[in-house]
Amino acid sequence: MASPDGTAAGRGLSRGRLEGRQLPDWASSRLRSAGIVIPFVALFITLTISSSSFATKVNLLNILDQQAAVLIIAAAGTLVLVAGGIDLSVGAVYALAGVTSAELAQHMAPAPAIIVGVLVGFVVGAVNGIVATYFRISALIATLAMSFVIGGIASLITHGNLVVLFNHPGFGDLTHTQFLGAKTSIWIMLVAIVVLGLFLARSTIGRYIYAAGGNAEAARIAGVNVNRVRVVSFMLSGGAAALAGVIDASRVLSAQSASGESLTFTVLAGIVVGGTSILGGEGAVWRTVVGVLFIALIGNGYDLLGLNPLYEQITLGVIMLLAVGIDAWARQRRT
Amino acid sequence: MAGVDSSNTHVELEGVSKRFGGVLALDGISLKLDVGTIHALVGENGAGKSTLGKIVAGALQPDEGRLAVHGVDVSFRSPREALGTGIAAVAQELTIVPQLSVAENVFLGAEPRRAGWVSRRALRKRYDRLAETAGFALPAERSAGRLRTAEQQQVEILRALSREAELIVMDEPSAALGGPDVERLHEIIRSLARSGKTILLVSHFLREVLELADTVTILRDGQLVRTGAAKEESEESLIQGMLGRPLGAAFPDKPKRGENQPVALAVRDLHAPGVGGVSLELRAGEILGVAGLIGAGRTELARAIFGADRLSAGSVELADGRPVRGTPAASLRDGLAMLPESRKEQGLVFGRSVIENISLSSLRGVSRAGVVNRRAERAATARILEGWSLKAGVDQPVSSLSGGNQQKVLFARMLMCSPSVLIADEPTRGVDVGAKRAIYDLLVSLAERGVGVLLISSEVEELLGLAHRVLVMRGGRVVSELGEGEMSESAILAAAFAEREAA
Repeated sequence: MASPDGTAAGRGLSRGRLEGRQLPDWASSRLRSAGIVIPFVALFITLTISSSSFATKVNLLNILDQQAAVLIIAAAGTLVLVAGGIDLSVGAVYALAGVTSAELAQHMAPAPAIIVGVLVGFVVGAVNGIVATYFRISALIATLAMSFVIGGIASLITHGNLVVLFNHPGFGDLTHTQFLGAKTSIWIMLVAIVVLGLFLARSTIGRYIYAAGGNAEAARIAGVNVNRVRVVSFMLSGGAAALAGVIDASRVLSAQSASGESLTFTVLAGIVVGGTSILGGEGAVWRTVVGVLFIALIGNGYDLLGLNPLYEQITLGVIMLLAVGIDAWARQRRT
Repeated sequence: MAGVDSSNTHVELEGVSKRFGGVLALDGISLKLDVGTIHALVGENGAGKSTLGKIVAGALQPDEGRLAVHGVDVSFRSPREALGTGIAAVAQELTIVPQLSVAENVFLGAEPRRAGWVSRRALRKRYDRLAETAGFALPAERSAGRLRTAEQQQVEILRALSREAELIVMDEPSAALGGPDVERLHEIIRSLARSGKTILLVSHFLREVLELADTVTILRDGQLVRTGAAKEESEESLIQGMLGRPLGAAFPDKPKRGENQPVALAVRDLHAPGVGGVSLELRAGEILGVAGLIGAGRTELARAIFGADRLSAGSVELADGRPVRGTPAASLRDGLAMLPESRKEQGLVFGRSVIENISLSSLRGVSRAGVVNRRAERAATARILEGWSLKAGVDQPVSSLSGGNQQKVLFARMLMCSPSVLIADEPTRGVDVGAKRAIYDLLVSLAERGVGVLLISSEVEELLGLAHRVLVMRGGRVVSELGEGEMSESAILAAAFAEREAA
């Protein structure tokens, strides 16, 4: 009666059954990499055929403009997840940065207001990271608690009101300026994604992020400062959330403390649908981009085709379950 | 439990074999356990005794061979199925739920229920009855997490009895206990046997085996050496039985040890969890072996020297008296590398490629301005792997490699840091014979290049074949140092197996 049995028995059985038809590891991992691309392309083609207004420059640029904030946050959030953490405070940071910069822009030039807003995010991210690593509080709880604190601070700043910037249109120039046929909001987003993507894929710290999330103990023995790497990922996540908050405040020339409430989950959904593992060690920024856009296309498709938007959420939920299920399945066959 | 056949045989094994990867852990074992006897299994680390115990208890399935209980053939797919025929195990790692009470732990998974609710009164009543028949008791309501190790073990024994176990497999039951608790455990085991239970006892402690057992089976390299009455054995005869094989794997020539080589690593009075005051000196170009049983503190010593665990006292210095700085990252920068005991838990990042695993510890050397120069990384990796016969591409995920090749990846990572001292903890564990030789060659060539190697191994043969000197550890201390002339299998085993001093 050594082990609380059942479990051991069950595992032994299922492993025995799987062994016969196992794909080689590399095959299942390739399959997963491609996983999100195929449905994305299929959806894109379907929408192009079924709605004449889908594949137009206006519609596509509009989607990118609307998704700029989510894409930036999700790109940085990918780093956090790959490093083995999770950041539930991004929505609150987004709101705090938005109201901070909007509030400051009432009294000063747009540029310093924007910079201070973004810096706030890096600071919150650093605090998140330190609490979640050196203080050994689970990232889930630490960032959830932090999101309440930050949300409260944001409400204190605005006294619960909408901060309106219609008298300070200079603040809007950050995102409304046209450059090479697209708004600057889109260009900023592209730069952020490319920088974060290259950082994760090509930099030394990027490698450490994968190692820290894939096997923290092995990474530590190999000389990686796992805690420091994780703090960096949280800082980037905080900074990205703040940048996104400032961008949206500039896009709509207003900000309020409650603006980021559902954003955190939209971001997580995008990352997970893209195929980045919530258990750490695997994932890529480009996949997150495809995942976020996939979800955006579903929403866009419901709008264009005039489908009942009630089904949109159900669709999204099912897709997320599928994505996480595929991840769990792929992991199980590796060990 | 009246047997189907009239004989006294409780469990019979016939031609049982078990393989782990390429390693034959058990090779055609045939054995009979008699009802109401204490049957001990002895052998070196890796001789197969725990594996055999697990097969009897249903935790492992034999690849070949027959297992019969009371004359009826069985094939257990799980410990639960073994329990169904009255066979239970008390494992080395205890499985107590610390938040639950003693009584709840005893009946875990088999609680008396009424309409799905646990009946506390019935539970208590059953517990009292059980304690009475068992002949020993623990406070029923005490939370199990507050029990001492010895008492937690008693909970496990009660749990086995509560499932009406007729045969209890005990794997190193006294390994974690101190003096008086060992005595108490022995009494319990004896009284279980008196009441007709059969005990299969896996133990490192030869005196314990001789005191308790009716019958002793000696295993060596997965093969059965002999089974005989304990009365006719002595500590010497058991050790003799556990040894005495011809040297199997061929070893490369030991590196020549230059005269007056400088000290590469000096450890003084090191204390850490599991290590109680170890001092040692390792010279450049020397291979220093560390022998000892599992739990003797060898891995703890390695981790403390390397900085993976914190020291509580003592000092570690590298060449020229440079002190180590107490973290893995700093140790690697200072030229002290460690090949960890467990490839999977502490060594490799399984989801990543071979090349990423190799370069992980020396990424800075192949990066510029924080960006990995992939061409430089490839070139550096190729330089290390030259002539290694690594049977894998560098872009393959490391999880798809065999144990031997995975170990080579870890070696490559160490070498890329160009260490002056390498601690290798069980470098050939779970590696097939061919790869073993490759790893031996690597260790020797490192020593020839002036690297000081601290080689921890449970395979005595390996230590004899490679090391210039061997330290034997027991109970967190170095109990014996054997120089070139004094090293022999029996000297090492005698020191490692010597009984603990009376507590």
